Amino acid sequence: MIDRFLEMTSVMWRNRVRTALTSLSVAWGIFMLVLLLGFGKGLQNNVEYEFRDDATNSVWIYPGKTTKPFDGYPVGRRLGFTNRDHDAIAVGIEGVEHITSRFYPGGDLVRWGERDGSFEVRATHPDHKYLENTIIVGGRFLNDRDIDEKRKVAVVGREVVKQLFRGADPLGEWITVRGVLFRVVGVFEDTGGDDEEAMIYLPITTAQSAFAGGESVRQIMFTVGDASVEQTDAMTEEARLMLARRHHFSPEDTRAVRVRNNVERFAQVKQIFALLGGFVWIVGLGTVMAGIVGVSNIMLVSVKERTREIGIRKALGATPGSIVGMILTEALLLTGVSGYAGLVVGVASLEAINRFVPENDYIRSPDVDLGVAVAALGLLTVAGAIAGLVPAIRAASVDPIVALRDE
Amino acid sequence: MIRLSRINKYYQVGGHPLHVLKDLDLEVRTGEMVAIMGSSGSGKSTLLNILGILDAYDDGEYWLGDTLVKGLSERQAAAYRNRFLGFVFQSFHLLPFKNAVENVALPLYYQGINRRKRNAMAMDYLERVGLKDWAEHLPSEMSGGQKQRVAIARALVGQPRLILADEPTGALDSVTSHEIMDLLKDVNGQGITVVIVTHETDVAAECSRTVRLVDGQFEGVA
Ligand SMILES: Nc1ncnc2c1ncn2[C@@H]1O[C@H](COP(=O)(O)OP(=O)(O)OP(=O)(O)O)[C@@H](O)[C@H]1O
Ligand SMILES: [Mg+2]
Repeated sequence: MIDRFLEMTSVMWRNRVRTALTSLSVAWGIFMLVLLLGFGKGLQNNVEYEFRDDATNSVWIYPGKTTKPFDGYPVGRRLGFTNRDHDAIAVGIEGVEHITSRFYPGGDLVRWGERDGSFEVRATHPDHKYLENTIIVGGRFLNDRDIDEKRKVAVVGREVVKQLFRGADPLGEWITVRGVLFRVVGVFEDTGGDDEEAMIYLPITTAQSAFAGGESVRQIMFTVGDASVEQTDAMTEEARLMLARRHHFSPEDTRAVRVRNNVERFAQVKQIFALLGGFVWIVGLGTVMAGIVGVSNIMLVSVKERTREIGIRKALGATPGSIVGMILTEALLLTGVSGYAGLVVGVASLEAINRFVPENDYIRSPDVDLGVAVAALGLLTVAGAIAGLVPAIRAASVDPIVALRDE
Repeated sequence: MIRLSRINKYYQVGGHPLHVLKDLDLEVRTGEMVAIMGSSGSGKSTLLNILGILDAYDDGEYWLGDTLVKGLSERQAAAYRNRFLGFVFQSFHLLPFKNAVENVALPLYYQGINRRKRNAMAMDYLERVGLKDWAEHLPSEMSGGQKQRVAIARALVGQPRLILADEPTGALDSVTSHEIMDLLKDVNGQGITVVIVTHETDVAAECSRTVRLVDGQFEGVA
């Protein structure tokens, strides 16, 4: 085996310029493939990052302004949702999994003893935690009794703990929001990052009555479990029509309520990335193919030039198998070594990009996962074998009599 | 060692069969040194290629030792060439990028012998042809006679029973030719059968027997 290897490297050394050029084309192919895959992954990472904050199987509904006259009501009427709309959707729409409304008390100055800080305050239902990927790390989140009994409790994010409490244990402490005291019962973190953790949650009913909100609700959000895009579209439409009946706007008036269907959005983005991923593979494979064709061609030329050598080897007792093996291993070694080099340089480049290119809105941590790297190596091996096959068969079929004729 | 009976060989030339060897009968006993002579195109090389299992014949029988050489697979043919036969060519056919000892060692590579042992054996044979000091030299650094010695060492290294030489002195001057013939006679003296194709009567005269090919047939056995 070592013998065969030495035999081979001597051949390649003899043709080092040619070997180097061919290696370069293969290395380039793999390098491009890795870069493309890495960038594809980076784009995908970015999108996943954009979607990381909220449940992707959710639908958000906001009240808007009517754009069509209906039932004697004028155009341009501003709608408002109430707790009853929330209940109607919760009960009346089939397939709603978790549902919450939001109400904003307004005013963001929050006090704890002598200290104060400004944080966003949201009044919600307990199910809100499923919609925002809220993770409780101490105490508890809001619960149904908080809602029913309008308890003055609050759940604070980690940034609040850091900034307002300076790391002190906030559980059981009283904080003041717009002059009303709330007792902290829980601490959360949020996959959405720091901004989402500089946040305070209150029970919606408590906030409505404490801050003169009446029954008013600013938006209604629900998840749909694992409903398909079509099912979600149907549910959304049903909810919209229900709201049209309740608020007397035209069913054709699509601006009266605004709907954000995350299921649909996420599905579209996923589809785009599936397409992009496929495209990246096609382009990358094309480049690799060009490399293979290059290797194959060069090996063919090399076999032709070495006809006499192959004839001599055969006369001395080389079997066709050993000749095929010789050319095939040569091709494998050529593609293997250079491809591996391309892979390493590609991965290193991605690392460098990761380190030196600042964070941006398009690409986030481009990299290749182990699976892709292994796939690329497998591809290389197959590529090498394919590249060597035709030249190897050509070499094995050299007729020693013709090769050794003296002319 | 060699027994040919009614060997016929055709080549297809422009769609017509060209009858190159016609009903050849030949017997070469072990230890003989036979010269094959004949005019250009009479079929000498063709015959030698058949003897060397490099080419196939169309009908008749070729016995090499106890084996009927007919319809062998390429693999089997390679094994026979490797173990039983040694070739010497007019233009030496050394691999230009390998030095003398590596060239001599090549048949042993195909016997699966490891590098160290191979090179030791090759050195041994280089010494026998008087080129021990030239072991590290490339063919391009050697004279024709030296190259042919290296080729003979290469033919011998696999310890063959039969050496086939196609005009081994064709590219050499008369003094060097003589040396090469002495070497081949030496080889023959050790019991290895030798068949030489040649144009030169001097060369043929050194052999134990000469057969003459005329237009694909033997012209009486001398
Ligand atoms: N591969 C081939 N295809 C067609 N014809 C061939 C082939 N090889 C040899 N011949 C023909 O067969 C005949 C015998 O050729 P061969 O090479 O055996 O002659 P030779 O006696 O060795 O001649 P020389 O002394 O010139 O070497 C010639 O007419 C030659 O043209
Ligand atoms: Mg000839």
